Amino acid sequence: MAIRRRDFLKAAGLAAASLSLPRLARGTDTASIYELERFGNARILHITDAHAQLNPVYFREPSVNIGIGEMAGRPPHLVGRAFLERFGIRPDSADAYAFTCFEFEKSAGRFGKLGGFAHLKTLVDRLRADVGEKDSVLVDGGDLWQGTGLANVMQGRDMVEVANLLGIEAMTGHWEFTYGEQVLRDNLERFKGEFLAQNVFLTEEAAFNDARAFDPATGRVFKPSFIKELGGHRVAIVGQAFPYVPIAHPKRFTPDWTFGIREEELQKHVDALRGTDKVDAVILLSHNGMDVDLKLASRVTGIDVILGGHTHDAVPQPIPVKNAGGTTLVTNAGSNGKFLGVLDLALDKGKVSDVRYRLLPVYSELLKPDPAMAELIGRVRAPHVADWSEKIATPDRLLYRRGNFTGPMDELICTALRTELDAEIALSPGFRWGVTALSGQALTMEDLLAETAITYPETYVQEMTGAEIKNVLEDVCDNLFNPDPYYQQGGDMVRAGGLSYTCTPADAIGSRISELTLNNGKAISASHRYKVAGWASVNGQQGAPAWDVVGRYLRSGRMLQERLGTGIALKGVDGNPGIAG
Amino acid sequence: MTTTTGPHPTRRLILQGAASVALLGLGNLPFGAISALAAANDKYPDEAFKLKNEADAIKALYGKTVEPSDKVKLDAPEIAENGGVVPISVTTTLDKVTSISFFVAENPFALAASYKIPDGTLPSIANRLKMAKTTNVTAIVEADGKLYSATKEVKVTVGGCGG
Repeated sequence: MAIRRRDFLKAAGLAAASLSLPRLARGTDTASIYELERFGNARILHITDAHAQLNPVYFREPSVNIGIGEMAGRPPHLVGRAFLERFGIRPDSADAYAFTCFEFEKSAGRFGKLGGFAHLKTLVDRLRADVGEKDSVLVDGGDLWQGTGLANVMQGRDMVEVANLLGIEAMTGHWEFTYGEQVLRDNLERFKGEFLAQNVFLTEEAAFNDARAFDPATGRVFKPSFIKELGGHRVAIVGQAFPYVPIAHPKRFTPDWTFGIREEELQKHVDALRGTDKVDAVILLSHNGMDVDLKLASRVTGIDVILGGHTHDAVPQPIPVKNAGGTTLVTNAGSNGKFLGVLDLALDKGKVSDVRYRLLPVYSELLKPDPAMAELIGRVRAPHVADWSEKIATPDRLLYRRGNFTGPMDELICTALRTELDAEIALSPGFRWGVTALSGQALTMEDLLAETAITYPETYVQEMTGAEIKNVLEDVCDNLFNPDPYYQQGGDMVRAGGLSYTCTPADAIGSRISELTLNNGKAISASHRYKVAGWASVNGQQGAPAWDVVGRYLRSGRMLQERLGTGIALKGVDGNPGIAG
Repeated sequence: MTTTTGPHPTRRLILQGAASVALLGLGNLPFGAISALAAANDKYPDEAFKLKNEADAIKALYGKTVEPSDKVKLDAPEIAENGGVVPISVTTTLDKVTSISFFVAENPFALAASYKIPDGTLPSIANRLKMAKTTNVTAIVEADGKLYSATKEVKVTVGGCGG
């Protein structure tokens, strides 16, 4: 890892110095951090959870990402300084800014935005050219087609075009499924790569009715894997879609399909790839989330590397996990186009003899945008940009979403829902996508859509008893802190506006949430009924889309006067390095 | 997808499954089981199905102790996609299997289903259980007069809020 450290130090110095240079000069002259030492005979490039962010973004990594039980203090459950220390990153470096929340606002001005597909294209092309096109492959871990207003109105078609130009050869999915089967299949017709998912099967009813499947004998809906020759060896890439699509999202989008982790089917498939297809390496392209992948790696044998996503954890080094068959490396490659994972393999007959992995931040200031991709992005955006460019508010504070319990962006959304829909309490989902807006940076409808653009955005107002509210909080909290990762779904805590509570993450379901109190100081009573506003319900709702309701609130200018914030007290996690000091 | 001749592979798969499982669902006794019942001269376990508590139901059904065994393979989802129809299946490598039963610890009535396995039948059962809430599902295999079990927690969640 010595080479890698030196690269990063160089990057920090150059990025800082480059601010006085004209843009193109920066782009062409200072990209030496992307000159990687050659290693091995095959290169796999991995992006994941880009959430359709075509242009560079600000995205603040979490200051609260708590690990409980075995996961306490282990990657990815490290934030801020604890993260920097664990991975040996200098606090004033560009990497500290890319990988952590450390001094985010100060560094945002210094190092600028990350990601952007035109910048990513330049980097991908360069890293593929370095090793030769035929000895490299680019894969995407899913959540590529959702996350912006544009992707929402185009139902992901914009991202399919971008994926084709970028050269993605295989992907798996999560939010892709929320467009429903027909749109998904139409998009995949246009996609030049493979859509891989070993863990999506027809329901028994759908199988009985001859619903379409890749393999009618097993009921597997999609191709589970593909084999590519790299460096004169055969590498299998197996797809693992998000296991809980019909639970985390309305079931109406995927009525014929059943998901799950499907450990046993995965093991059989890996064994067949090794035994029958005689592959030299097996890579799992996973949308399980990092904690699930770490557990899976300890139980399933024969996988060399898991290229992971879903939980949006930017982890600079792979985590080795021992299992009965050897060791599997587990990675997670962040989100929103901020990072490109580079896995260099030294392949031998029947095995991977050595590995180098880097998670490269895509510093948009250091990369010249690829002209063809820039043109494509401009073309797909053009019909909609004008409609969404109106400035609707200028926040006087940093607005970010990511964090286990809350963030100012969701506090704003909850306040907007409560105000506009006249409710005592608001609930908003703990999504991990949604970019960061700097204080004083004008917000447009396009920005607001980047926080709310989903296929089930309808708001609702309903009456719930105090007991029902507590039950929802307990249920979602268990998805986050269940000590067994296989019972976690990988989102963050549901955001609650208008109330405060105490959470004890290490307790069992039913006893994690206590001291539920309304903003007026009154304790929430189990039997009393409260008016609750929300959006993104898995049950069908009829209200206006969230972006309209929040937009109306922002246009009223009230946000600037109101104090946002939710009082959440944490118990039993003192000193946990998943909380920034 | 179209087929021109013969049964579709998918349909064949389902029928094969049906042959080993007989009828799916709670309350339907498999055809094979009926003859087995008659042969064994067992009565319908009326009492066991009425008991709320799992330990009581096991006692009423079998009246003997159970030991966990890795030879009982219980396949159940970690998180149910629909608590109303949770696919649960059991296979075992144990010999001389005479019955397989399913218990859902915190359902209103713990015993969900009990199947008699006639001599010479593959001991493999797939059924769907209705689950009121997150709880343990236990499968008990009766083999050579002894009881062996496997247990797995199945989470029933309100859903939503995915990343």
